[in-house]
Amino acid sequence: MKSRSMKERIIEKIANETLLFTILAIIMGLIVGAVVITISGYNPIDAYRAMIEGVFSKPKYIARTIIKSTPLILTGLSVAFAFRTGLFNIGVEGQFIIGALVATLLGYFIHLPAVIHIPIVFIGAILAAGLWGAIAGYLKARYGVHEVIATIMLNWIALYTSNYVVTRESVKMPGSESSYYIQETAQITITWLKGLIGPAKIHWGTLVAIIIAMIISYVLFKTTIGYELRAVGHNKNAAQYGGINVNRNVILAMTIAGVLGGAAGALHVMGEAYHVSVLSATEGYGFNGIAVALIGNNSPLGVVLSAFLFGGITFGGSNMQLLGIPTEVINIVIGSIVFFIAIYRVFRFITKFFASRKLQKEAK
Amino acid sequence: MFKKVTALVLATILTVGLMSGCTKKTEEPKEVEKAEGKALKIAMVTDVGGVHDKSFNQSAWEGLQKAESELGIEPNYLESKQEADYASNLERLVDQDSDLVWGIGYLMGNQVQEAATNYPDQKFAIIDNAYEKTPENVIGVVFKEQEASFLVGYIAGKMTKTNKVGFIGGMDFAVINRFHYGFKAGVKYANPECEVMEQYAGAFDKPALGRSIAENFYGNGADIIFHASGDTGNGMIEVAKEKNKYAIGVDKDQNKDAPENVITSAIKRVDNAIYNTAKDLKEGKWKGGSTVVYGLAEGGVDIAPTSDKLVPKEILAEVEALKQKIINSEIKVPQNKEEYEAMK
Repeated sequence: MKSRSMKERIIEKIANETLLFTILAIIMGLIVGAVVITISGYNPIDAYRAMIEGVFSKPKYIARTIIKSTPLILTGLSVAFAFRTGLFNIGVEGQFIIGALVATLLGYFIHLPAVIHIPIVFIGAILAAGLWGAIAGYLKARYGVHEVIATIMLNWIALYTSNYVVTRESVKMPGSESSYYIQETAQITITWLKGLIGPAKIHWGTLVAIIIAMIISYVLFKTTIGYELRAVGHNKNAAQYGGINVNRNVILAMTIAGVLGGAAGALHVMGEAYHVSVLSATEGYGFNGIAVALIGNNSPLGVVLSAFLFGGITFGGSNMQLLGIPTEVINIVIGSIVFFIAIYRVFRFITKFFASRKLQKEAK
Repeated sequence: MFKKVTALVLATILTVGLMSGCTKKTEEPKEVEKAEGKALKIAMVTDVGGVHDKSFNQSAWEGLQKAESELGIEPNYLESKQEADYASNLERLVDQDSDLVWGIGYLMGNQVQEAATNYPDQKFAIIDNAYEKTPENVIGVVFKEQEASFLVGYIAGKMTKTNKVGFIGGMDFAVINRFHYGFKAGVKYANPECEVMEQYAGAFDKPALGRSIAENFYGNGADIIFHASGDTGNGMIEVAKEKNKYAIGVDKDQNKDAPENVITSAIKRVDNAIYNTAKDLKEGKWKGGSTVVYGLAEGGVDIAPTSDKLVPKEILAEVEALKQKIINSEIKVPQNKEEYEAMK
């Protein structure tokens, strides 16, 4: 009797965990994706096999998945952090671009030993991106400009600023539409792993991103600053009444969000790309970060996990093309998986709804 | 409670089922590989435009499909969504035991070179890029865009009534310069009096910019405009339609976009280049380490077949004669500003 109730309790605990709902959502997404694949005339089992193989079949694919997920950890964190403080940071795309651009410029033009060069490039890039984020924060705090509008506009300004700078003669590599590569002293690729995982450029950025996630988690939940920021996020007026300077916190929150977005761009350049190119449209690192933040339930640990999930699905998903499945269908599959994960709260709502109905019935 | 447990069980079954489905089947491809005959596998990586971009990516894929039906190769492609995808897509195709991997577009130049260094036994090829020193396992393919541009320039020079024609370029780099100066030389050859207005839009994806440049050119008296600017030029063609002026298309036959206005197009047969390379590979004539040039003689560039709709027959006959002269090197078409100025 006693052991049975123990079991029940354990099951109940697991069943109530966010994790279960997330897994359920992934499965729902995969099922919907399977239906779409079947309708378009392909075998869903083959397709998903290709997707999983695309991530796990070779060490270098695992490495590439990690590389691909790294910027998503930080852009996801940036969005999640802003969400926690009641702000919707769509500007992470622009902050990414500014971070990448400044990292490229500092990485190319400055000649220093690696020990000094790497921190200078990284700190310079995140400061610039932090300022970029602060612009939107200041506009919101001072003039009440909604941060969504301001950051969308700043995204375009960032994109074209980057394009302008990259096409300057001193920056642009002849015969290409990209900047020069950054100096070797600014690169953070782990070169000695090359023998093991092939040409995939695994880099220290992943570790840095995870450490930053821990720091953010600590700041948000264990410090006064974090408490104030979250208080502003919960209820601005109550926070103000409680003696918290709301405007200062809005600017601070956007600055930190900018720093995180910029860190994503900087690590992407320093670890993998080594350059920035002229872009006709944004590349989506930031916008995918919004999805990552949602999947991760805006918690730093959740974001780290969801970044790897998202990176894995998109990177493995592209392997489905080899079966002849059009990218449009693959995008639908990826989209439906993300969709179901993002709305996992609906599952939770449904279970709660049924539970309360049951209670009501019993009461009657 | 019951529901939750059922859900949990179902979820587990599904996940396990999915995974077992995977592990079982992973062994199959290996058997297939062994049994399979020696069909050449040729694959390509598109740039971010994707395989249905109505431009060179699409043309390249058409070339591979033609090679599939006529040479029996196995074609495949991977689309890139970000610049960061180029390297991993090239690698994926290498892992598929492809005999040849194409990078489409000069934007992939660095990545193809890097992949060629990482996989020295793998054959690569790239469209629109000539390396200073081509690696042994790479073929660069470039086109003599200036020759087709010369011919359309000649047509423009003959057909203009205002003695003013225009040129809109996408971005100011070597490939587009070949269109630019080939066109100018053609206009001058036909009609030394004719003035050529010229402007670079700075983008391949801004039809609005193409519009405003075209409004300006037509407003200043030009009656024919040639563009080498991708989607930007579509804005120019729109203006030509509205103002009932003439336009000249690029890369593919653009007459169907404005049948009354696009008199001809300077077409670039990326598909032919892809197909011919596949044929060479099949016949054991792989020319690794070299840059292959496709001009009029090789069927790499030409004017659009629909030119006879709006261009008078006499002019087309002269164009045919000019083609021969270019093929026989009696006329040397300039490919950049220096060569153009040297012509004077």
